[in-house]
Amino acid sequence: MAVWKPDPTFYPSPRDAVSAPPEKLAYVAAFDRAGTRPDAIAVVDTDPESGDYGRVVGWTELPHLGDELHHFGWNACSSALCPYAPHPHVERRYLIVPGLRSSRIYVLDTKDDPKAPRVVKVLEPEELGKRAGYSRPHTVHCGPEGIYLSALGGADGEDGPGGVALLDHTSFEVLGRWEVDRGPQYLAYDFWWHLGHDTLVTSEWGTPSMIEDGLNGELLLGRQYGHRLHFWDLRRRRHLQAVDLGDRYQMPLELRPAHDPTKAYGFVGVVVDVETLAASVWVWHRDGEQWAVTKVIEIPAEPATADDLPPLLRPFGAVPPLVTDIDLSVDDRFLYVSCWGTGELRQYDVSDPFNPRLTGSVRLGGVVRRAAHPAAPDVRLAGGPQMVEVSRDGRRVYVTNSLYGSWDDQFYPDGVGAWLAKLDVDPSQGGLRLDERFFPHGEEFRGRRVHQTRLQGGDASSDSYCYP
Amino acid sequence: MSVAEWAALAGLGAFHGLNPGMGWLFAVALALQDRSRAALARALPAIAVGHAASVGIAAAVVTVSGSLLASRVVAVGGGLLLVAFGLWRLLSQRHFRWAGMRLSALQLTGWSFLMSSVHGAGLMLLPVLLSQPGGHPHAGHHHAPGGAEMSATATGITDALLHAGTATVVHTVAMTATAGAVALLVYQVLGLRFLRTAWVNLDLVWAIALIGAGAATVLLS
Repeated sequence: MAVWKPDPTFYPSPRDAVSAPPEKLAYVAAFDRAGTRPDAIAVVDTDPESGDYGRVVGWTELPHLGDELHHFGWNACSSALCPYAPHPHVERRYLIVPGLRSSRIYVLDTKDDPKAPRVVKVLEPEELGKRAGYSRPHTVHCGPEGIYLSALGGADGEDGPGGVALLDHTSFEVLGRWEVDRGPQYLAYDFWWHLGHDTLVTSEWGTPSMIEDGLNGELLLGRQYGHRLHFWDLRRRRHLQAVDLGDRYQMPLELRPAHDPTKAYGFVGVVVDVETLAASVWVWHRDGEQWAVTKVIEIPAEPATADDLPPLLRPFGAVPPLVTDIDLSVDDRFLYVSCWGTGELRQYDVSDPFNPRLTGSVRLGGVVRRAAHPAAPDVRLAGGPQMVEVSRDGRRVYVTNSLYGSWDDQFYPDGVGAWLAKLDVDPSQGGLRLDERFFPHGEEFRGRRVHQTRLQGGDASSDSYCYP
Repeated sequence: MSVAEWAALAGLGAFHGLNPGMGWLFAVALALQDRSRAALARALPAIAVGHAASVGIAAAVVTVSGSLLASRVVAVGGGLLLVAFGLWRLLSQRHFRWAGMRLSALQLTGWSFLMSSVHGAGLMLLPVLLSQPGGHPHAGHHHAPGGAEMSATATGITDALLHAGTATVVHTVAMTATAGAVALLVYQVLGLRFLRTAWVNLDLVWAIALIGAGAATVLLS
């Protein structure tokens, strides 16, 4: 039901959003790899004044098994203030939570008891298939006109194409497929937009058969995973341009457009260069009437002895950094880059997007290094910084350690564990410091793996703005 | 038109102009995007034309049917329509999915026309347009005998359209002046943070106003 005043968590511009109050709670997607216990949304206390700071204070189990929760998002956000479809009196209260493996979509209401979100709707996989022609829902973004949801696979057993589905932001029904003309686009992964330029961008991973049983070495060395970005007319829902990074750059995943809607550039992380095992970050930008991409960061692989490596990596004698997520602060100043393979979180000053400057680095986990957290110095950590979330004010950064069930098993065969770490940032200078009071891990997550964090009231990767 | 009618039409224009959803917010956004006050000024005519077209069509339909049919039927029918439309506004949550930020002047006009139409901006004028004694300006023409009836009807329609046109102009001028003033104030002085505190749910006010206007039209006819 509509409210009288705009939702207080909506901000017209990124400049205003930076002044948002600190989050008191974080929502974390937790899944059971074996699929014998339900996945859950864990609620973590992020209020430093609270006695439960850094602890799991709420736990909502889902009614089915084997969903494999991955990315989720809010039903509404600051884009509700956009001038061409203004509806600021909806509320940011529902979490749209897709199961990547089951194709089921849950709607959780966080309003009545924020520490115990309640499942209010379950969309069965057939809904998404019948209405939009997709399966394996992946990323959720709230747009001015509704909820957008990317999906990796086709419906009715078809492997592809993946694409974007539209959901109604009050009834949560699947309205249909977003694309009117998809052009050469077939592989899907992430998507986001430049609202000020009526442009949508999508990236490529692989179809369900290419990813669900783990990273396929043959496909990787055969350069069969995605390596392109697609640019779309957001209004007419038509494919405009495909930009190829080159097939040695496998898997351009997370897209982080500049939050300032007058700007037309953004960053994409690339998991691996099959020739060197390096990871990279690229910036997309305008080049006359066309879009172009330029590599701006390269992170080399780290040599390692075969005995320390999982079977998959032994032939290479090195650990690839595996940049699996990046996140851009709301003021467009700092870019955070996860190196899930080497176990490092990097911070770059990207005030000049074409010349990023490394301003901070923290080591946690890693295939070989297994760097410990100062709060638990005896625990050799598996996994590495994976999904990154940055608070709206840019002062706090949260990282979780699981990538994707079957891929976790390949890179961390002795178990990936579960941990959530928080880092403090001085937004004027940069630099990263681990918060020693905040380290929920292990049994705190009841045997589940943790994938992605969403912050109460919004975060750097959940809102988009129409005003500079 | 009576002074009261002028005032009512202008007042409704100001009410429509105040609503961020009717266009001033779009003008501010375009100005911010271009960092230029001129963009704000450029957007206003398109918004005004779209609004005028929407309101004008509704006004013409109401005044012409008022001049042809027994005004009581039009008033009761129109009033019921208003109530139904208000209820629909109250319950409906639809948004356009074709619009974006980069609209041409023509597209912005189209957006404004649709925005005004789905909000029932023209219908809100119905009580004012039907408020004159006898329900319309030329009720007497209906009683003209024989062949004179046709030309009298034609005159009635012309008068009705003139009435609708004048009403539309008065309303739109007030709407645009208000929207322009608010847009300028927000762009130059207040800033968009103002929206967070001052943007009350005018859609709810609007829906209730439609229902109220409809009920009043039925009761007073």
